[in-house]
Amino acid sequence: MQKINYITENFGKYDVFSIDSYMNIGGFQSLQKAIDMEGEDIAAVLSDAGIKGRGGAEYPMGRKWSQARAVKRPHHCVICNADEGETCTFKDRELITNDPFNLIEAMVIAGWAVNAEDGYIYMRAEYSHLRPRLINAIKQAKERGFLGKNILGTGWDYDVHLYSGAGAYVCGEGTALIRSIEGKAGRPRMKPPFMKQSGLFARPTCINNVESLSIVPHLLHDAVPYMQAGTKESIGTKMVSVGGNVNKPGVYEVPFGITVRDIVYGLAGGIQEDHKIRLIQFGGASGKISDDRILDISYSYEDFAKNNLIIGSGSILVIDERTSVIDFLRYTQDFFLHESCGQCTPCREGNRHIRIFLEKIKNGTYTDEDIQTMKTFARVMPMSSLCGLGETAQNALKSAFDVFPEVFASKTQTEAVG
Amino acid sequence: MIEDSSKFEITDELKSKIEKILDNHYHDFTQIVGILLDVQDEIPQHYIPKAAAFYIAEKLPLKLSVIYDCITFYDALNEEPRGRYPIEICDSVACKVNDNDFLLGSLKELLGIDFGTVTYDGRFTIEKVSCFGACDRAPAVRINKTVYGPLKTKEQVRKLLEQFV
Ligand SMILES: Cc1cc2nc3c(=O)[nH]c(=O)nc-3n(C[C@H](O)[C@H](O)[C@H](O)COP(=O)(O)O)c2cc1C
Ligand code: SF4
Ligand code: FES
Repeated sequence: MQKINYITENFGKYDVFSIDSYMNIGGFQSLQKAIDMEGEDIAAVLSDAGIKGRGGAEYPMGRKWSQARAVKRPHHCVICNADEGETCTFKDRELITNDPFNLIEAMVIAGWAVNAEDGYIYMRAEYSHLRPRLINAIKQAKERGFLGKNILGTGWDYDVHLYSGAGAYVCGEGTALIRSIEGKAGRPRMKPPFMKQSGLFARPTCINNVESLSIVPHLLHDAVPYMQAGTKESIGTKMVSVGGNVNKPGVYEVPFGITVRDIVYGLAGGIQEDHKIRLIQFGGASGKISDDRILDISYSYEDFAKNNLIIGSGSILVIDERTSVIDFLRYTQDFFLHESCGQCTPCREGNRHIRIFLEKIKNGTYTDEDIQTMKTFARVMPMSSLCGLGETAQNALKSAFDVFPEVFASKTQTEAVG
Repeated sequence: MIEDSSKFEITDELKSKIEKILDNHYHDFTQIVGILLDVQDEIPQHYIPKAAAFYIAEKLPLKLSVIYDCITFYDALNEEPRGRYPIEICDSVACKVNDNDFLLGSLKELLGIDFGTVTYDGRFTIEKVSCFGACDRAPAVRINKTVYGPLKTKEQVRKLLEQFV
């Protein structure tokens, strides 16, 4: 199997508490390169590599930076989204644990590229044990003049601030996240105004995921290995976090185009006690599901789209035959029911009622009308919810309608079958 | 017994600790979430007593209602006292399918408590939380910021609890 370590290249190669050790392996050289470049050219490097945001929404990263630059209002800021709240997603944790300086370097490059004055890292409270290494990295970078006033003699001032989440999945959503940094409860707000125009403290804001940012210094250093990996439409590599009923759950860097089988049975060591796969969910709680027919499909944006799936955050949750589809859906629904901020009716009530319908299906006490109503709710929620949480909460259920229609069979049919 | 939050009296020592936390956050009211997390860390029962919330409201240009909006919104902030070692058990899917029911059962049995109660010595509470990103160690618990897992046997759970004696 192809083994590749592009994004993870620095893992284990330096002392994560020492900037000298990071610089000995070439650290901050990409920043040196970046300040000799126009921001637009840096954005073009990202566009050429076809990088789509790794936080879940898959928005083209080069385009986002270019649009951020185009906003003429002053006091730009950059946010690193380290909230990593999707279930079974823990790849950003590994990037921060093993390569904190690379993330800080990326934040400085991002700041330079979009003309920002401040950078913010918003990290979930559950990762508070990683705070010391980020605080240290920021401090040492400042001591060396990579942050602060007149960075590398350019006359440009830029600082990075570390903020903590406090246990709310919804705060991974951009507008909720900024409210949280502003010292408020993290309830999302309507867009527009869009973040790029008016985000954190009403400043133009460019927000990216930890993994998206972490790729940047590597790309500026040497884009060739990245450009050679992957497929035509999905260039490069991806961090995946594999969990559930696999023998070796963990974070792996894979080239796009690898088969799902190679990830699940190769890297992740196959299924516990050789059980059969019931379903696989891609991209966290808000992701879609498939059965084992996906195993021989290539892990790429294009082939996943053809199969009505999304790569999203890169989480791969494997559930074996010991868990039923309906139990899986109940667990997922519990998550959304708990994490919905309750601000808008479709999401607050929709999640609650779908949970009740799922319980009825589990107990066999549902009617055909219940199934119809549930389908209507699952269709209406994405159209009418205020934020991405309500929009995506029923992705798993909706894909289950297609992949496992027998679970939602009409009552009259099931009775006839016995 | 869990003591009553409203009976909590703020000491001079805690006041000066809060002052120090406010200094660390530059008395910047936008950092209220971080401030509350830090204050909570100073309280042995890991919560924000009313008296502490009032004190912070006096010191910052923030309404008490805003402070309570945060405390009640964020899961990591608590209004009520907890055990000195609150056991947060992950109740999300990767842990669920790795038999976290057995783990929960073992905890309840060994400690003789259920959700919402505290052990007689004030040491443990059990709380359900959403995925905390340790799914590669499922089924997992988190106690005072440290993750423990995978916990698959009663013996492992017993050994874990003994660490806190
Ligand atoms: C409910 C919800 C939760 C989200 N959680 C996260 C998260 O934890 N981490 C993240 O990077 N993006 C998360 N996102 C996506 C972000 O809103 C945003 O699209 C992303 O941070 C942009 O960065 P990217 O383009 O580099 O992916 C979430 C979105 C929603 C709607
Ligand atoms: S969709 Fe859900 S999480 Fe988003 S604002 Fe509405 S209630 Fe809150
Ligand atoms: S599902 Fe339990 S830690 Fe993620």
